[in-house]
Amino acid sequence: MAGLHKSEFTNPVIRWVDTRMPVFTMMQKEYGSFPTPRNFNYFWNFGALAMVNLMIMIITGIFLAMNYAPNTAMAFDSVQRIMRDVNYGWLLRYVHQNGASMFFIVVYIHIFRGLYYGSYKYPRELLWMIGVVLLILMMATAFMGYVLPWGQMSYWGATVITNLFSAFPIVGDPIVTWLWGGFSVDNPTLNRFFSLHYLLPFVLVGVTFLHVVALHITGSNNPLGIDVKSPQDTLPFHPYYTIKDSVGICVYLMVFAALVFFAPNFLGDPNNFIPANPLQTPADIVPEWYFLPFYAILRSVPNKLGGVCMMFGSLLVLFVLPWLDTSKVRSARFRPLYRPFIFVLVVSVVILGMVGAHRPEGIWVVLGRVCTAYYFLHFLVLLPIIGKFERPLPLPESISKPVLGGGGGPLPAGAAAKPMEKA
Amino acid sequence: MADSSVTSPAFPGASGHAGHDAGKRDFLKLVTAAGAAIGVGAIAWPLIDSMNPSADVLALSSVEVDLTPVVEGQGITVVWRGKPIFVRHRTPAEIKEAQDVKMSDLIEPQPDSARVKAGHDQWIVLIGICTHLGCIPLGNKPTDPRGEWGGWFCPCHGSQYDTSGRVRHGPAPLNLNVPPYAFMSDTRVKIG
Repeated sequence: MAGLHKSEFTNPVIRWVDTRMPVFTMMQKEYGSFPTPRNFNYFWNFGALAMVNLMIMIITGIFLAMNYAPNTAMAFDSVQRIMRDVNYGWLLRYVHQNGASMFFIVVYIHIFRGLYYGSYKYPRELLWMIGVVLLILMMATAFMGYVLPWGQMSYWGATVITNLFSAFPIVGDPIVTWLWGGFSVDNPTLNRFFSLHYLLPFVLVGVTFLHVVALHITGSNNPLGIDVKSPQDTLPFHPYYTIKDSVGICVYLMVFAALVFFAPNFLGDPNNFIPANPLQTPADIVPEWYFLPFYAILRSVPNKLGGVCMMFGSLLVLFVLPWLDTSKVRSARFRPLYRPFIFVLVVSVVILGMVGAHRPEGIWVVLGRVCTAYYFLHFLVLLPIIGKFERPLPLPESISKPVLGGGGGPLPAGAAAKPMEKA
Repeated sequence: MADSSVTSPAFPGASGHAGHDAGKRDFLKLVTAAGAAIGVGAIAWPLIDSMNPSADVLALSSVEVDLTPVVEGQGITVVWRGKPIFVRHRTPAEIKEAQDVKMSDLIEPQPDSARVKAGHDQWIVLIGICTHLGCIPLGNKPTDPRGEWGGWFCPCHGSQYDTSGRVRHGPAPLNLNVPPYAFMSDTRVKIG
């Protein structure tokens, strides 16, 4: 049987396919028996949640696109038609609209998990960097999606964000004109944003695939941040983590449903119920909540180019994070000096979010500057220094030891099957 | 690779607990699968239904036509739900021709009286779409070719209809459809 894959499946139909195209073997290896650290907490749900969220966005988006008209004369009305006339259009749109917020909630927690448990460190640097690419793609997609309803906030958000590029000397203005396809945000801009808003989610799917490929080479990090040393440290992904992820998905869907059915416009801006008017900027212009911290960084710097560079820099700094953190210990649990600072970082990002939501007056200006300074200080100064001076707490010998106690004890069924595992 | 995780992926290493537990396990699996199927259906339905005609499309589902300007022998075409509707004012000769046909000569036998409203024999109202593959037959204008039976002639594949819109020559299998309509007065008709 040269040329055929050796399949372990007994069902004749599955076996016939699998010997010719071993997708079943692959799924079994990557999502069935995949050895996964046994000590995951619920923070490890958020990757799967992000994947589910992406699927929800793509599916609702495809159906919304069937009823949306990407033309400045029709866009706003076509969205209203979706809300009023299209069967379940209100549901599709509210799921898609709040799905964007849910996606950022999930991804921000996913990133926090990575920061707290040191998931970006050796050997997972590339995995982390692909994740930062995903974040940036996701932000671009969200921004362009927000423009499509062609309300006041859509229009002025598009104007402000595209104008960021005008900060760059010499090339700035030609770039902005190129982005707009004209001399202001207008129909060509809306058309290309719709095209790209439809394209980028599929790019996200592709890059997510690479994210998972990289993950399945290094294996998952875990709350202790120590390496898997023996099969006793792992459980097969199915059923243990498929079930644990399912629990998380249920909770996630409950929160999602609460937003969609009871407060669908809670996170939205009332100005976007007004059709775009290129001749009048709304009095209080703010981005969606998930961009507020970055918006606050932009406004905190009293220099156009400086602000833009700081804002982009706040994302780009994440790319080099694996090399800025000089500590070899991954989990913050064993890093007494680093641990408080990660919470200071979270607090300062939250404050930046609040700063972004307020007019830049009085205390908000000061808070914005202090927190922006801390954000960069944390990554560029504290992380390299702390790693040098910190005395980490003693790490456990293995993942299974704290779970199973000193001697190892009787093994659960899953672990007993492990010695046969090649990995 | 552990054999047990292939044959019984849900419970690796549990293959020893057959019998009493297996029934419970099957029950749990069935309940889970049924719950999942209901969930998937509940999620899929709004997506599928969003592709059905929306409220604004359904709101356009009737049109009123004024018949006063249509003289004897003339036909007009109006649009109803995006489809052409033939409204033809038949001459007495055409009415007689339609009524005198032997049922055995017809591909889909139907008397003319079943295709017009009683007392309005001169008006024939049809969905102007060939029942073969959806082209619009010629013949509503007096200058169009009307085929051997004086009704309509489809340019796509040569189907021919008589003055009652009944198919007389294939490949079309059925008579032209009659839309739902009603006379609001002698000169006004509501389609849909």
